[in-house]
Amino acid sequence: MDALIDILYALATDYTLRTVALGSAILGLVSGALGTYAVLRGQSLIGDAISHAALPGIALAFLLTGSRLTLVLLLGALAAGWLATLAIMAVTQTSRITFDSALGLALSVFFGVGLMLLTYIQQTAGAQQAGLDTFLFGQAATLVTDDVWTMAGLGAVALLGMALCWKEFKLLSFDPAFARSLGLPVRMLDTLLMTLLVLAIVIGLQTVGVVLMSAMLVAPAAAARQWTDRLGVMVALSMAFGVAAGVCGALISSLVANLPTGPTIVLCVSAIVAVSLTLAPRRGLLWRYLRDRRTRVRPPVAVPADENGRP
Amino acid sequence: MTITQLEIQLVAAVVAAACALPGVYLVLRGMAMMSDAISHSILPGIVVAFFLVENLNSPLLIVGAALTGLLTVVLVELLTDTRLVKEDAAIGIVFPALFSLGVILIARYAGDVHLDLDAVLLGELAFAPFNRLEIAGHDLGPQGLYAMGAVGLLNLGFILLFYKELKLATFDAALATTLGFAPVALHYALMALVSVTAVAAFDAVGAILVVALIVGPPASARLLTDRLGLTLVLSVVLGVACAISGYWLAHVLDASIAGSIATMVGGCFTACYLFAPTHGLVAQYLMRRERRWTFARKVLVIHLLQHEGLPEATRECRVDHLQEHLSWTASFARQVVAQAEDQALVRRGEGRLWLTPAGRALAQEAVVHT
Amino acid sequence: MSSSPAITVRDLTVAYRESPVLWDIDWTVEQQDLVAIAGPNGAGKTTLLKAVMDLVDPVAGQVRVLGEPYRAVRDQVGYVPQRGSVDWDFPTNVLDVVLMGLYGKLGWFRQPGAEERATAREALAQVGIEDLADRQISELSGGQQQRTFLARALVQDAALYLMDEPFQGVDATTERTIIDLLRDLQADGKTLVVVHHDLQTLPEYFDSVLLLNVRRMASGPVEETFTDENLRRTYGGRVGFLHPPSEAS
Repeated sequence: MDALIDILYALATDYTLRTVALGSAILGLVSGALGTYAVLRGQSLIGDAISHAALPGIALAFLLTGSRLTLVLLLGALAAGWLATLAIMAVTQTSRITFDSALGLALSVFFGVGLMLLTYIQQTAGAQQAGLDTFLFGQAATLVTDDVWTMAGLGAVALLGMALCWKEFKLLSFDPAFARSLGLPVRMLDTLLMTLLVLAIVIGLQTVGVVLMSAMLVAPAAAARQWTDRLGVMVALSMAFGVAAGVCGALISSLVANLPTGPTIVLCVSAIVAVSLTLAPRRGLLWRYLRDRRTRVRPPVAVPADENGRP
Repeated sequence: MTITQLEIQLVAAVVAAACALPGVYLVLRGMAMMSDAISHSILPGIVVAFFLVENLNSPLLIVGAALTGLLTVVLVELLTDTRLVKEDAAIGIVFPALFSLGVILIARYAGDVHLDLDAVLLGELAFAPFNRLEIAGHDLGPQGLYAMGAVGLLNLGFILLFYKELKLATFDAALATTLGFAPVALHYALMALVSVTAVAAFDAVGAILVVALIVGPPASARLLTDRLGLTLVLSVVLGVACAISGYWLAHVLDASIAGSIATMVGGCFTACYLFAPTHGLVAQYLMRRERRWTFARKVLVIHLLQHEGLPEATRECRVDHLQEHLSWTASFARQVVAQAEDQALVRRGEGRLWLTPAGRALAQEAVVHT
Repeated sequence: MSSSPAITVRDLTVAYRESPVLWDIDWTVEQQDLVAIAGPNGAGKTTLLKAVMDLVDPVAGQVRVLGEPYRAVRDQVGYVPQRGSVDWDFPTNVLDVVLMGLYGKLGWFRQPGAEERATAREALAQVGIEDLADRQISELSGGQQQRTFLARALVQDAALYLMDEPFQGVDATTERTIIDLLRDLQADGKTLVVVHHDLQTLPEYFDSVLLLNVRRMASGPVEETFTDENLRRTYGGRVGFLHPPSEAS
């Protein structure tokens, strides 16, 4: 109880902690929501490719504008991430290269270009570039109020887009062939959903960095899937898990010395996954184990469900 | 070119060759992203092994890393087998968790030793020549060269030894099992090789570039050839070429060597993607265009064949009727007819088209074959 | 409604990559007909449905639906894809899937409301699974999945239904329900085109048939078209085991 009061006190008085917690919460909220679609569509790892691919965008944005404004750098990241997504889609659709190879290529090549640009900037611009490499691993402590506003603004756009196209995205994810037969512009919707995903990724770069950002897309959604069978509930739960992991990670890393924020958030969200996989009712491993044991002890009378699901 | 420059290029080339070999099999099996997962998740293995032996150059570090690499593979398979998450989600959950663990271990307990996170991810090839292998006071060259060389030879030996088993397990795992080739054991052996390669290479080029060198050259080679043996050879050649040209790009820009090599890998793949014979985008486009004409000529002769000798033939076999009937534009129909005339498939006469014997043969053959 | 045929296909040729999938197809479906499309694997049956819905680019030829290009009559066409084409572990329930049939009519941004829900429940009642409305789709049997897809097509209230193997892997009760439903729809003036695999039941279930093997091998009323000779031409030698329809029943 005392510990809780300490934390609340710290949140109320400590500006840095409050900012970091708020930023992490926004990041968890948006990536939890959009990550749901990536996981359901079997594209869990595209987030990894996009987040790595954002690096050259950040470097180029700085190189071209000389600005270190978060918004400018994130717009650069957005452009590069988007370009990588289009490249992945184009290569898989027009050649024999498979999705996984395209992801690995985009990830490493874009990142390599970013690294080259970053070191180039270091040589030419000297110490001025300080702040750019925070995007590599994320440095939550560098978040300021303006950054949180930027994140909130971009996040609102992503969530609004998702809410507006709710039923279209649902159909696109479940049955694209039927969506096309209804005359929905499937290719356009696909690109739009990818764009929103890139937006969600870009938001988190400053806090958890390009290397770990993909976990924030996959893990909350994978955990949420275990608790529910409804898409709406899954998205809501995934957002809640994302926020919980973000805030918990930020708090824990502020309380313990030498505990970097990004990795701590990722470990928090991994813990949520572990708990969900074991304990979630009906699907969870513990439930499955108990059910199997029960059936072993007392073999059930075979009553196959009839066509209408009635026993 | 100084001796240092030469040594850096030599190390880069050996790294590229060593990565490309197992990479071919990852790419062919649709497991390219496992290289990304393994190259990240070996971090906690290295850290723990480092705590145990407190020596960054100990071979135990490689063992620790290889074990974590295998742990990643096992964890991903366990998670997938629960059928609660799909395989790609399982990968996306496991490796960030392990990597985070590694980062936290370094940050908490290894803050002041030389285990630099940037170096793990980004590598620094320029430092490769500074670690010398000395035996009895004789300088034998950079350590990295020997470490990577050994790993490369290990990969090469494994592939040469199990060439046909790997081939079978890659293209037909079920048949491999029935023939008693234990594709599962091969699979784990391959993953262990990827882990060892990744850990030996990341010291020089970093975790991300390892992915570029494992996936990039084999993916490019796949666009150039359909044969497995040639894919292996081409992957090594392309990898080495990217490594050396990447070094010089870095030299010109005064930028990161690892980043520049990855950039060259991207350039190499783009070139193959666009210009590869038969599988490249340009070749595909030309082939499709050519096929459209071939197709249209076949459609034309079959159309004529079907109406040959029938009362409506006079109407059906007029050029202007083709437009309406086959929904061709006027100019397209004209070009197709002109081509068919050039190839002596049809001839004009009495205001309509007639099949030549060659045209009739082509039409009959097309009808039988389709 | 116009009096033009439900589907008119003229000289349709479709090719993926190397080889033709459909070659020079001429085919007409009259309104209110109940038509089966049959043919061996890789005969282009699904491709033909997709070509009717303008989902594939033909190399040559022309398709008209109710006398118009597909685009103009899209809301009068209902589609039942193959059951295996979707991930049945998707987190949604039966009612929700049926509501998807109304997304085209709803237009952008509008969410389905009470009225749409009522329509969907009616459709579920028509296929006999109204009590499964709130069931998670991963818990459905094959027959129930198929009924769900049929209900989704029913809410489209189309004039022409295109169905891809609705009888694939369903139980006998469901098969009966589906064929009764097809008959009811036909009596209501709808046209139905169904990809069908089971040659034993085909003459009993359908009025007309298109025998397809890349080319149109035969088409017309079942009693004239569904002959041993046409089947042998369509399936090559592979129907040696097939009894003539008269003996089969």
